[in-house]
Amino acid sequence: MAISEPVLVADSDHIARLAQTWRQPPGFWGWFSNVHHTAIGTRYMVTSFIFLGLGGILAALMRIQLARPENGFLSPDTYNQFFTMHGSTMIFLFAVPMMFQGLGLYLVPLICGTRNIAFPRLAAFSYYIYLGGGLLLWIGLLTNTGADVGWFSYVPLAGPAFSPGKRADFWAQMITFTEVSALATAICIAVTILRHRAPGMTLNRMPIILWEKLVISFMIIFAMPSVMVVSSMLLLDRLIGTQFFNLALGGDVLLYQHLFWFFGHPEVYIIFLPGTAIVSTMVPVFSRRHIFGYTWIVVSVVATGFLGFGLWVHHMFATGIPQMSASFFTAASLVIVVPTATQFFCWIATIWNGRLQPRIPMLWIFGFFFVFLIGGLSGVMLASVPVNWQVHDTYFVVAHFHYVLIGGALFPMFAGLYYWLPKITGRMMDSTLCHWHFWLFFIGFNMTFFTMHFLGLRGMPRRIYTYSPDMHWGALNMLATCGVVFMTAGLVVFLVNFFHSKAYGDPAGNNPWAAGSLEWATTSPPPHYNFSELPTVNGREALWDNEPDQPIVVGLRDDVPEVLVTNTLDSDPEYREESAGPSIWPFLTSITVSAAFVGSIFTAWAIPVGAPPVIVTLIGWLWPRGHSPSAPVEAKERLTHG
Amino acid sequence: MFASVLSTMGSVLVALYQASPLSPGGHSALHPSAPQAAHIEWLYWVIFWICFSAFVLTFAVFTRGSARTYISQPEPLPPIKEHPNDSKAVWYVGGAIAVTVLSLFAVLFMSVITGKQVEGATAEKNVLTIQITGHQWWWEIQYPNSQAYQTITTANEIHVPAGRRVIILTKSADVIHSFWAPSITGKRDVIPGPSSAFSFEVDKPGIYHGQCAEFCGLQHAHMGFSVIAEPEDQFEAWEKEQIAPARDPTTPDQLRGRQVFLTHACVMCHTIRGTDAGSRVGPDLTHIASRKMIAAETLPNTRGDLAGWISDPQVIKPGTLMVPNPMQPDDLQALITYLGSLQ
Repeated sequence: MAISEPVLVADSDHIARLAQTWRQPPGFWGWFSNVHHTAIGTRYMVTSFIFLGLGGILAALMRIQLARPENGFLSPDTYNQFFTMHGSTMIFLFAVPMMFQGLGLYLVPLICGTRNIAFPRLAAFSYYIYLGGGLLLWIGLLTNTGADVGWFSYVPLAGPAFSPGKRADFWAQMITFTEVSALATAICIAVTILRHRAPGMTLNRMPIILWEKLVISFMIIFAMPSVMVVSSMLLLDRLIGTQFFNLALGGDVLLYQHLFWFFGHPEVYIIFLPGTAIVSTMVPVFSRRHIFGYTWIVVSVVATGFLGFGLWVHHMFATGIPQMSASFFTAASLVIVVPTATQFFCWIATIWNGRLQPRIPMLWIFGFFFVFLIGGLSGVMLASVPVNWQVHDTYFVVAHFHYVLIGGALFPMFAGLYYWLPKITGRMMDSTLCHWHFWLFFIGFNMTFFTMHFLGLRGMPRRIYTYSPDMHWGALNMLATCGVVFMTAGLVVFLVNFFHSKAYGDPAGNNPWAAGSLEWATTSPPPHYNFSELPTVNGREALWDNEPDQPIVVGLRDDVPEVLVTNTLDSDPEYREESAGPSIWPFLTSITVSAAFVGSIFTAWAIPVGAPPVIVTLIGWLWPRGHSPSAPVEAKERLTHG
Repeated sequence: MFASVLSTMGSVLVALYQASPLSPGGHSALHPSAPQAAHIEWLYWVIFWICFSAFVLTFAVFTRGSARTYISQPEPLPPIKEHPNDSKAVWYVGGAIAVTVLSLFAVLFMSVITGKQVEGATAEKNVLTIQITGHQWWWEIQYPNSQAYQTITTANEIHVPAGRRVIILTKSADVIHSFWAPSITGKRDVIPGPSSAFSFEVDKPGIYHGQCAEFCGLQHAHMGFSVIAEPEDQFEAWEKEQIAPARDPTTPDQLRGRQVFLTHACVMCHTIRGTDAGSRVGPDLTHIASRKMIAAETLPNTRGDLAGWISDPQVIKPGTLMVPNPMQPDDLQALITYLGSLQ
């Protein structure tokens, strides 16, 4: 069967009108009013990659400090700020923004076959808020107010009595920023997936990556409020003397841990599910077949979304909770292995009964299989309460979660970048440099983190800035530090590859991997209108299952930025909707919201004083402007397939 | 040059071996000295081998599958919808899921059983109860007694009789700490507010190191302790010695030292029973000379280290709550002589 590509030779007037209608404003101020999903997604990816670099630099500096016993490279104060900043940066400013927001905003509308994200201005707003939170945290570090009580900021250590100054407040407000941003993006992505899919892309034909983005969106919507509540309670305790966590006045310190981990554990799956989405996307493409066990995988993903909320207590086994409840949470933690294992078995069956034609992104998928499998299995060990009593809060756990997070997010992310960057930049990445990047990073990673399992079993706790030579941890720590050199070299090779390929790489063409999903049905990079003719879908792999005369959607205006709204289950066309155009108001609103958030670190007056400007900018944003005169709104019109 | 590279590599290998779980003895969750840690070690290895087999099997099938269908051809083949063998694969995938579920069930079952063994209540009558209180950044150790004058208070060194059951009651004076001696038993968080209890018994006499495992602020890294297991008679002798108030100075130097102690900042935070010093902010020093280490296992208890610690603790343990105590060299020497006499 030949792969037909539904990019029709449309008449040039039509394309010129689309380009005019969907253009984003140029120039400096234009940058701040751009609301197109590819632009926002790219900004998220670039920004979070910079935060990955910054977080990595902190990690390297900590590894230098730990290389030798009683090393004096970093003071305890600096070290504590660095490990707090490293964790907070990697989780809140890199992992979720890159894996969910960046890739999601860029790819979801393309894979759905629509012209823009739902609520594009909200998506733009979410980026500025995210950037504000990141800047806040890092300006804090550079002005000696870097958070220093861990990325979890347990009370009472983070409370007013033991952490005077403003460091913990900077951390708590950064949480508010990034969570507002994640919630806003989750709503945009969920609505896009539910209401903007191409006709014919019924729920049971949805590519697995869309299922995963949908599940993650709902996980974010349910998990993030918990951490916003708890960081706000912490801030209130510190700022206006509420006593939520003050034991002496009837507060409770364990309540903090419950609320934090009720968010914290789903967060792990929010970071890891996008990784499995990438694997589920690429394994069929490079095995040249439809995925084996589509239904099993979808059920697994949805089950992970539910079960992810039932295991938070396994972060608290050492607090001395009763055996019965500990056993319950052990069981829940073990049960969640089943859906993940099911996905692994389905990927292997896809390869086994396929015809494997690996290209460079697949190298990183192999890395994922190796690294994530180790991390998942050490997770089984941690789920067992008695073993957990020993290795909890040691380097064994540090090893475990770097195996699952780097294995489950960073390896798939690089697979995803090598796979989709040709779509984003229009140029292929270099294969030789990719191999160098992979092997340097893979060897360095295992050198650094496999060693840490032994350190943990030998009794090395987490978050210590130094240790005594009598503990005999020096050699393993030195080995772990050496691994960082390889990882850093790998990342430098990636950057060289990226900039070199972006300028001189081979042109990618529309579909360099002969893949089946809709983002490959348009040019690389995609135009602002995404598709000159909106596609329709016949099967789970849209481009592979196309009929020779696959219909396209007609009837959308090309002089107004219109998108097609379809119904949730069957994806039947329902009506046309005007997509919000470029606007400066999301940016202005993010400025006023940020001012109120930042101000409330210092004084409670920031809320009453900061709220009116927020309301003014919101009124500006939502002010009904009617429709542009050139595009009078028409009654709902039956759309025809032409 | 070559020889020095070789010898460096050699010493690195030796150090790696010492640090690895292969080397015997020492400070490790896998070298238990108490039945509690031994139960956990057994469970650890059972789960380890289950996981190891799962890894080898999964990765082998994955590699085999990749190798057998590998096609080296630059042109992408046309995709297929399904494979004739897919219906067979359903059985293999289903079987693999069933094996996974059964293994997980085994892990759960053994974890619950082991958990009961580790936490198991004791019928013994002759149980020793020890109250530990976490402070930023040291451990206060008390052996409660219904007779107040027979209560022992010390710091960072927990003496226990080998072979006898010990119940530890936890308390925190400030933030959350975690009590962990890997070769004895798993860790237990020390949380302000609720007190919790756990127990262990150490098999063999010896000194077992432990350390705070929950991040507790600036000097979390220097919050060590040790469990010193002794034969019953030695333990009783130690107990008797600790119950007694501090020895009176016997030399003029010691007398001057006590005077220095009572007239400087020391007295603001520390207790020496039998003198006027009775503050409970810092560790009880009544029998400081009987302790092997000072500053929560940061320094050995020698004259020089003690002198350095007293004059400028902030250099040794930046952020510690103990203040620098600049004093005349003679005063300092006398003070150290006096403290050294407090057996």
